[in-house]
Amino acid sequence: MTKKRTARRRSGKDPARDKHFARIFSEFRGEEGDLIPILQKTQERFGFIPREAVRRIARFLKISENQIYGVASFYSQFRFTAPGRNSIKVCLGTACHVRGGQILCDAVERELDLKPGGTTEDRRYDLERVACLGCCALAPVVQVNADIHSRMTVIRLKETLDKYE
Amino acid sequence: MSDFEKKRKQAQKRWDSLQASKVPVIYIGTASCGTAAGAMEVLQSVDETLKKNRLKAKIVQVGCIGPCYLEPLMDVAVPGQPRISYANMNQHKAKRVIESYLVKGDPFLQFAVGHFGDEGWQSGNGIPRFFDLPMLKPQVRMVLRNCGIIDPEEIDHYIATQGYEGIMNALKKGPEAVIAEIKDAGLRGRGGAGFPAYKKWEICRAAPGETKYMICNADEGDPGAFMNRSLIEGDPHAVLEGLLIAAYAIGASHGYIYIRAEYPLAIARLKKAISQMREYGFLGENIQNSAFDFDITIKEGAGAFVCGEETALIGSIEGKRGMPKSRPPFPAVSGLYGMPTIINNVETLGTLPNILRNGASWFKQYGTQGNHGTKTFSLVGKIRRSGLIEVPLGMTLRKIIFDIGGGSNKPFKAVQTGGPSGGCLSEEFLDTPIDYESLAAAGSIMGSGGLIVMDEDTGVVDVARYFLDFTQKESCGKCSPCRVGSRHMVEILERITKGEGQPDDLPKLETLGETVRRGSLCGLGQTAPNPVLTTLRYFRPEYLLHVKEKHCPATVCNELIEYRVIPDKCTGCQRCVNVCPTGAITGPRAEPHNLDPSKCIKCRACYEICRFDAIAGDAIIIRSRRRTADEQAE
Ligand SMILES: Cc1cc2nc3c(=O)[nH]c(=O)nc-3n(C[C@H](O)[C@H](O)[C@H](O)COP(=O)(O)O)c2cc1C
Ligand code: FES
Repeated sequence: MTKKRTARRRSGKDPARDKHFARIFSEFRGEEGDLIPILQKTQERFGFIPREAVRRIARFLKISENQIYGVASFYSQFRFTAPGRNSIKVCLGTACHVRGGQILCDAVERELDLKPGGTTEDRRYDLERVACLGCCALAPVVQVNADIHSRMTVIRLKETLDKYE
Repeated sequence: MSDFEKKRKQAQKRWDSLQASKVPVIYIGTASCGTAAGAMEVLQSVDETLKKNRLKAKIVQVGCIGPCYLEPLMDVAVPGQPRISYANMNQHKAKRVIESYLVKGDPFLQFAVGHFGDEGWQSGNGIPRFFDLPMLKPQVRMVLRNCGIIDPEEIDHYIATQGYEGIMNALKKGPEAVIAEIKDAGLRGRGGAGFPAYKKWEICRAAPGETKYMICNADEGDPGAFMNRSLIEGDPHAVLEGLLIAAYAIGASHGYIYIRAEYPLAIARLKKAISQMREYGFLGENIQNSAFDFDITIKEGAGAFVCGEETALIGSIEGKRGMPKSRPPFPAVSGLYGMPTIINNVETLGTLPNILRNGASWFKQYGTQGNHGTKTFSLVGKIRRSGLIEVPLGMTLRKIIFDIGGGSNKPFKAVQTGGPSGGCLSEEFLDTPIDYESLAAAGSIMGSGGLIVMDEDTGVVDVARYFLDFTQKESCGKCSPCRVGSRHMVEILERITKGEGQPDDLPKLETLGETVRRGSLCGLGQTAPNPVLTTLRYFRPEYLLHVKEKHCPATVCNELIEYRVIPDKCTGCQRCVNVCPTGAITGPRAEPHNLDPSKCIKCRACYEICRFDAIAGDAIIIRSRRRTADEQAE
């Protein structure tokens, strides 16, 4: 109880955050169907779904936090830990798989000492596996932030990643 | 003159003035695939070259025209001459073409692949018409007719190419007549199952209820397929017009587009197109002065393959976990928020304007009895000419793979149709016509249009494991045959690919596959075993080699292969020594290198560098660890 109150007070002291959430919520009417779009907006804003966001969304939609975690964990898009400065997505769709996508993923893991779903200690990179980025004709494909790198090779991978600070 | 007629005249004028432009027009394909191949760098280079030379020209960004293997593509049309298409551009090549053509008047045909002029265009110096290229000639471009041709962000371009005539005709005819036309056309859903479109529409139209919903399924879950992305990016209004027609036919007042979040450009194009529709009176109340009201909401998917299934998709829009429900009731009777709902695939919708514009009998001239019209496919994998194609239903796999796709570099081995729910067909099925029934008879399915070509370097056991691993991870977990059975199958397949397979593993896989197929609640589980069952049927010897001899003939199963330096071929250039992350390769310059298998982690770096950068080129090989008697003696 006390814990909850301090948390609330603390969050209340962060007007910037209040403003972010006010802005996110202002686009919605507060119906159940808004949950996934709100989570998406939250992740767009913070890069992940912070605990505090779940609390606020629960209050806004008048549903339990458990229900939110239940839905959010079902979808692979949502993450609950802070991402790195650069997000690496290795495509493991079929076209990329038959052209060596897994070998690329292994190479990233080894090069950066990173597991899919994780973030490097210096927060420079995080890594995810995705199933198809829609550029299958140019497989294998690796995405870093918004850039899609096509016809990737193990040897070009390192220099590609080095470009992202 | 009606509002639309005015808008149409105006659009025509703008389009004609682009076609007869007094300054050169440069078209650059900047769809996701073009961009991934470097189209933005080309665009920037063109822009700088124009500025540097003080040249006046228009740059038009277009969608993907299909042959992705030629990306980035850039077309240049100078006044009085047809569009010339230049392939595999980069910033330097683009600069050369622009400077040569626009400054010196020499079209620099070395980089040209085709032109858009008349057959007998003389100054083309022998370059073919673009649509006569081997990849394009056998195609029929109906759904994709505008992709790569018009600016997808210009509603006027769409209208000038007969866009929105379909909905205008529909509004004149009335909903029942629209359904009758679609019935006559025999259009079947392009999302996978091939269910006749008119049938569910009829049910939905007849279902009681004030509120009905029309949903466009743009989840495109098949990993390795991108037809829907390309169509939306290249011609968003075609899909939106289709959505409008379908909504009008079933009596829906609200529509949703459920699109995967991995497609940011497609989402942006849809948003822009929707606001243009509103401006032109194609959304909102009393659309084009009819009594039809309609609006559209975009819902982004959140990364769950199963949400492509209708009932799961509905759950996801409602803000829940995307779990399939058992049917009946069918969504056409009780769907989104319990209201009658129709879900159609992007391509199904993209086909509608063509039918409403040209009529059912025009549509039926393409395809075969019971399988009318065209189908788009993404032709990828081990294929020379990869990309997006559209062909009449009934074309043989051989024609698609060899005539259009140019075959694979190494001998052809198999083709997977229908993605993770489909099957893997061997060479003997190449003469199968591509239609819903023939593919099903071969043990596969049409699916949404992914065609993955495999050559002898692709391991079918590995691919079967890959697909099942994918579906198993995407299983929502609601029913146990799917959840437990498929996991068990993955475990067996993993064992086999590691060389730990047991003799009874193959029959076990077959029994389990049958159980999963029959016992699962939704299409995901019911079709998940297909890749395994078909490969077991058509490629059993390859499984047996893995199980009995621990041998992977395609050299893809990591535990069963090794990397070797061929001393006779190695020039000792040390490139591989430098890239090896574990120090497994050693040796002084100019002498054959030594590869220590105990240190090798099979990362492929040496193999790649030897093939692309080293002097020798093929001194490093990947081979099976199983040694034949001869080799052992050696
Ligand atoms: C597991 C699963 C995934 C599916 N994914 C898609 C998809 O990504 N896109 C799609 O259009 N249909 C998908 N479908 C088929 C849809 O359930 C539905 O049949 C289709 O959208 C209907 O549209 P159509 O009649 O126009 O083909 C999927 C089905 C299953 C069982
Ligand atoms: S499979 Fe990798 S982009 Fe489609």
